[in-house]
Amino acid sequence: MERQNEYVLRTVEERGVRFVRLWFTDVLGFLKSVEITPAELQAALEEGMTFDGSTIEGYSRIQESDMLARPDASTFELLPTDDPEAAVARMFCDISTFSGEPFEGDPRYVLKRNLERAREKGFTFFVGPEMEFFYFGSAVTVDPLDTAGYFDLTAHDLGSQLRKQTVLRLEAMGIPVEYSFHENGPSQHEIDLRYTDALEMADNVMSFRLITKEVAADHGVYATFMPKPITGAFGSGMHTHVSLFEGDVNAFHDPGDEYGMSKVAKHFIAGLLVHASEICAITNQWVNSYKRLIPGYEAPVYKCWARNNRSALVRVPRSKTGKNESSRIEFRAPDPACNPYLAFSLILAAGLKGIDEGYQLPAEATDNIYALTEEERVAEGIGSLPGSLRDALDAMEHSALVAEALGGHVFENFLVNKRREWADYKADVTPFEIARYLGTL
Amino acid sequence: MGTLNELMLVFPDPAPPLLAQTLDLSGVRWKSVGNAAIAMQYEPVDGWTGAVVCADDDPEGAFTLCRTLRKGDSRVESILLLITGAQLHDLEHREDLFDDFCLTPFHPKELEARLRHLMFRAGRAGSPEVASYGDLVLNFETYQAAVSGKPLDLTYMEYELLKFFVTHPGKVFTREQLLSRVWGYEYYGGARTVDVHVRRLRAKLGEENANLIQTVRSVGYRFGQSRWPGATKPRDLG
Repeated sequence: MERQNEYVLRTVEERGVRFVRLWFTDVLGFLKSVEITPAELQAALEEGMTFDGSTIEGYSRIQESDMLARPDASTFELLPTDDPEAAVARMFCDISTFSGEPFEGDPRYVLKRNLERAREKGFTFFVGPEMEFFYFGSAVTVDPLDTAGYFDLTAHDLGSQLRKQTVLRLEAMGIPVEYSFHENGPSQHEIDLRYTDALEMADNVMSFRLITKEVAADHGVYATFMPKPITGAFGSGMHTHVSLFEGDVNAFHDPGDEYGMSKVAKHFIAGLLVHASEICAITNQWVNSYKRLIPGYEAPVYKCWARNNRSALVRVPRSKTGKNESSRIEFRAPDPACNPYLAFSLILAAGLKGIDEGYQLPAEATDNIYALTEEERVAEGIGSLPGSLRDALDAMEHSALVAEALGGHVFENFLVNKRREWADYKADVTPFEIARYLGTL
Repeated sequence: MGTLNELMLVFPDPAPPLLAQTLDLSGVRWKSVGNAAIAMQYEPVDGWTGAVVCADDDPEGAFTLCRTLRKGDSRVESILLLITGAQLHDLEHREDLFDDFCLTPFHPKELEARLRHLMFRAGRAGSPEVASYGDLVLNFETYQAAVSGKPLDLTYMEYELLKFFVTHPGKVFTREQLLSRVWGYEYYGGARTVDVHVRRLRAKLGEENANLIQTVRSVGYRFGQSRWPGATKPRDLG
């Protein structure tokens, strides 16, 4: 620990860093930043920085609003900059109370707590998300930069240039990218991050969203992670590839199994299917998230699993022969506007529950589930995800699993915040209603 | 006597009780090992500070260990040998295997004084502050790394991993070895963490230098050229 701090202090001095940003996350997954100068750095590393927690969504507590942001020196990273004279670095922080206890409302702490539970069982949790997003001309109107589609190579296309620059900047920051390409929607892009352990990946997702937006802003356009910005077009998901390792061994892999999946993997999937509705309010936390989760756009609606069916909630990608480390499952519900710390926590908690309880994996859904009638789906025992934020909140509110994994503070704050969002939405007269009703009623 | 990052090697395992107590009382951090293979496995990133090798019980094992510590990548510069008076003739023709010796049963104060003296001499000789490999230079004092003069932006663990590689070129390490020697045992990320960091280091080293860290299939990683020309060709960027 001391050596890490010394590394940070020396690097700041040697590299002429002018500002150090201390980053943390509110309950909804918005990035918060406190900027300090090198003069304040040593004290910040040793004692933490004081800030007023009552201004942060989901942190508020009337009796003790002052909190400490304690930088995690292992996350120290110089931010890519064009101006070497004004280098800026950042560190993620853990939040603690003045008495030194970890603050249970800190999403990073929630994830650490859940990872610790996995570790007690001998597992390390690895995550690789596919981040989808749109480029628009501005933040106020939906105006795509192009009308190309999936994998299209567009000449002199600004969006593709931006994507390339984003990838380079991510790589320079030590966030390796697996693939990137033009997605289905107009001006929609996807960048797949190479798997890391879940804590690092949650940090990476926070950095990723900022960098993507910054690169776009540098070119006068706007990048959005809104789950469904365009009616009738594909939405943006955050398909999340997950695996558990026991030391060097992929606990999801079993070469003798017809699907190449171990018992651990099957129980994990079963856990996800059983608890998908309960964790949905966290993996898909906005009113708008549920406009994406509808049939017809490769977004999951029904709680089933399959190998090649892209409308299934859980997909088991074919692992390359002989590469047992690539065995994984893909959970397709989350969208990129989630809080990654909380979303990864609940994906893990649901999967571990499946392992602990030995949940049985239902049969693979082979047909196109959308082609089935409601009765056929019921007969096969395939339920659907919540249809709205309100349904998702109802499912979450009664979930012991979610309450335990999030901890009481986050659980209650989140529900209060989201009930308010739903109430606002419900009271709003939408353009749909004006267009459909005003002229006829 | 020692600082936090210094670790003294002690033979045999377990260490004789009086030796263990003497080292503890003089504030030396130490680790007892039973043979050279285990010494390799537990070697700290910066190498062993020194070694106290007790030859009275198992002289063969002791001299074999000393011989190993004198060659190879993990050469130990300060070896204090403990022997009985009856063994003095064994030292003949083995002068290269130790730096000082002390007769057992020893007086704790004498052992402490000899150890301090050895450490002082080693310190005066100076430990290297800079290491380089091709265009890559690491400055251990400032914690900075640069390729062709251009500084690399590294996290602490990336720096530590690169430092380990640069100070152990040409040698193949398994993921477990890297994990235990660079991260330490308390780290819980698992062996895949090594892959993740190697991938990040390669990205930061840039395209031209990414293949400095080579994937050795079904074994682990090697930094730089193999010391065994003609050996199995590494697969780049696997």
